[in-house]
Amino acid sequence: MSSGEQNPVVPAVRVTDLTVAYGDKTVLWDIDLEIPVGSMVAVVGPNGAGKTTLIKSIQGLVPRVAGVVSIHGKPYEKQRKEVSYVPQRGSVDWDFPTSVVDTVKMGSYGDLGWIRRPGKKEHEKALSALEKVDMLEFAHRQISQLSGGQQQRVFLARALVQSASVYLLDEPFQGVDATTEKAIVRILKELAAGGKTVLAVHHDLNTVSEYYERIAIVNVGLVASGSVDEVFTSKNLMTAYGGKTSFFPERKSSRRAV
Amino acid sequence: MLEFAVGLFSDYTARTILLGAASLGVVSGVVGSYAVLRKQSLVGDVMSHAALPGIVLAFIVMGVKEQLPIFIGAALSAVLAVFLINLVTSNSRIKTDSAMGMALSVFFGLGLVLLTYAQKIPDANQAGLDKFLFGQAEALVEKDVLVIGVTGLFALLVVGLFWKEFKLLCFDPDFGGTMGFSMKSLDLLVTAVIVSAIVIGLQTVGVVLMSSMLIAPAVAARQWTGSMGSMVILAASIAAVSGVTGVALSAGFENVPTGPAVIVCVSVIAFFSVLFSPNGFFTLRFKEARSRREIKKDYVLKALHDLALEHDDPGYAHSERLLALGSEKGFNVRKSLSQLQAAGYVERVGEEDWRLTPGGIHEIRKLSPLEKSR
Repeated sequence: MSSGEQNPVVPAVRVTDLTVAYGDKTVLWDIDLEIPVGSMVAVVGPNGAGKTTLIKSIQGLVPRVAGVVSIHGKPYEKQRKEVSYVPQRGSVDWDFPTSVVDTVKMGSYGDLGWIRRPGKKEHEKALSALEKVDMLEFAHRQISQLSGGQQQRVFLARALVQSASVYLLDEPFQGVDATTEKAIVRILKELAAGGKTVLAVHHDLNTVSEYYERIAIVNVGLVASGSVDEVFTSKNLMTAYGGKTSFFPERKSSRRAV
Repeated sequence: MLEFAVGLFSDYTARTILLGAASLGVVSGVVGSYAVLRKQSLVGDVMSHAALPGIVLAFIVMGVKEQLPIFIGAALSAVLAVFLINLVTSNSRIKTDSAMGMALSVFFGLGLVLLTYAQKIPDANQAGLDKFLFGQAEALVEKDVLVIGVTGLFALLVVGLFWKEFKLLCFDPDFGGTMGFSMKSLDLLVTAVIVSAIVIGLQTVGVVLMSSMLIAPAVAARQWTGSMGSMVILAASIAAVSGVTGVALSAGFENVPTGPAVIVCVSVIAFFSVLFSPNGFFTLRFKEARSRREIKKDYVLKALHDLALEHDDPGYAHSERLLALGSEKGFNVRKSLSQLQAAGYVERVGEEDWRLTPGGIHEIRKLSPLEKSR
């Protein structure tokens, strides 16, 4: 859609001074973050570091105490259609009476706007998204019959239907099988290669360097952000996780071995 | 009985009442589906109970039992209860269930106190105010049914227009929010629709039982279908049938109040659905028992085959006791053997020896775990 007119110098996502509090607890403190167009970024940090809150507050789902979010240089509120959201799989009730294809179709509701119902075009779009995540044969299944990995693929397909340029994913690999994980990584890498921007909350530090080129390490504040090579260091991880991590990226990379 | 039914449908007054009950059923079935899908069944319960003080206050203020003020009073106090619940839960550590429990009893208690007070007012008009507790469909007149119909149409229209938005609200409100739909407005709209259903149910079913009229049809319908559309339609039909049946029962027997009669009907359907629908309690138990029986049969067949292979003769016969040795206590080997015999897979040799038939040998070859995915 507007991806043709995107200026590659303007970051896909720019977060300035973002601060979020729940009651008297500060969850995110003064986050400044720039995500370049076409990059694939991992958001890592310990439990309760505010990773989910970061993803949600970028989209205005939780109120910001302070801060500005812009997408391709314009305020988020004007750029909703450029942003696709893949919430945590566990955030919805999978026993809801609906089919796989109807769930995927929800991704087209934003384009349809109020009251208009999805039609044939939306149906085709949903089917082709399901094909991309290799779930076409499940199109008419009840969503209650899906496995965890299949649920995640459905959520990804729903986001693909939105044909946005920025993808925000909350733990897309949480509790999915290895095949699904590989399939999702492949799709996300394809998106990034096609100039889309991917920001994903990620838990498994072992796969960070394999999946992502950039990383944002968060613990209430932003510990560091940048390319995985430069920022994914044990020093930064120690700062974010305290003594609670035994993962030392340097040991894996001979280049960095002293 | 037949005569009675014919009489009921040909009599003008009776037809009015039945029409009212059926319309109420359609509306509460549709609207209740949303309450259930949003896991807010209890909100309906709170709101209907909380309508009572509004009803009585409207009467005290107006001095007459006028329909419109009473409806407005009922709606206002129901909404006030929900508002207070939200206020309490978002500003304290009190959880939603506690807040709802409190709101329900406080509002209903207040309503009862006001009702007692109102009944002491020397005015013939207050007579029948207590009918709002359990409903009195036989008092419905044409005008009431008209109000039910119009309010109901409004509710159905809203649901029809905002079908896809309401689906988002029920399934994944966060996702809906990111697409620019105001979930707050939709939430208000659903609440408004639920309140209007409650208000029109006041006369027929009463404040105490109205919540069942919302919840039970939706719960029953959900057991039979996996699509939201058919769930809503089925819930509406179940509630409408219950409404009509309940009214007929209450008219046919003396001193049977309408509300309870309707609720008994709808509860019976809900109960039946929970037990006997394709995913119901008994259906699942039945499927479970059948699959256990199959597994046991397969096990015995395989044991017989393994034993026979030790003799290099798949048709070699073994005693039932030997088979029982390797199995768990309480496993009725004989029962499985007889079932296998009936299927033609094994045959008896002598007193208590058994061997595989050619059919059984063929069957065991198909039994490899990979091929036998059910």
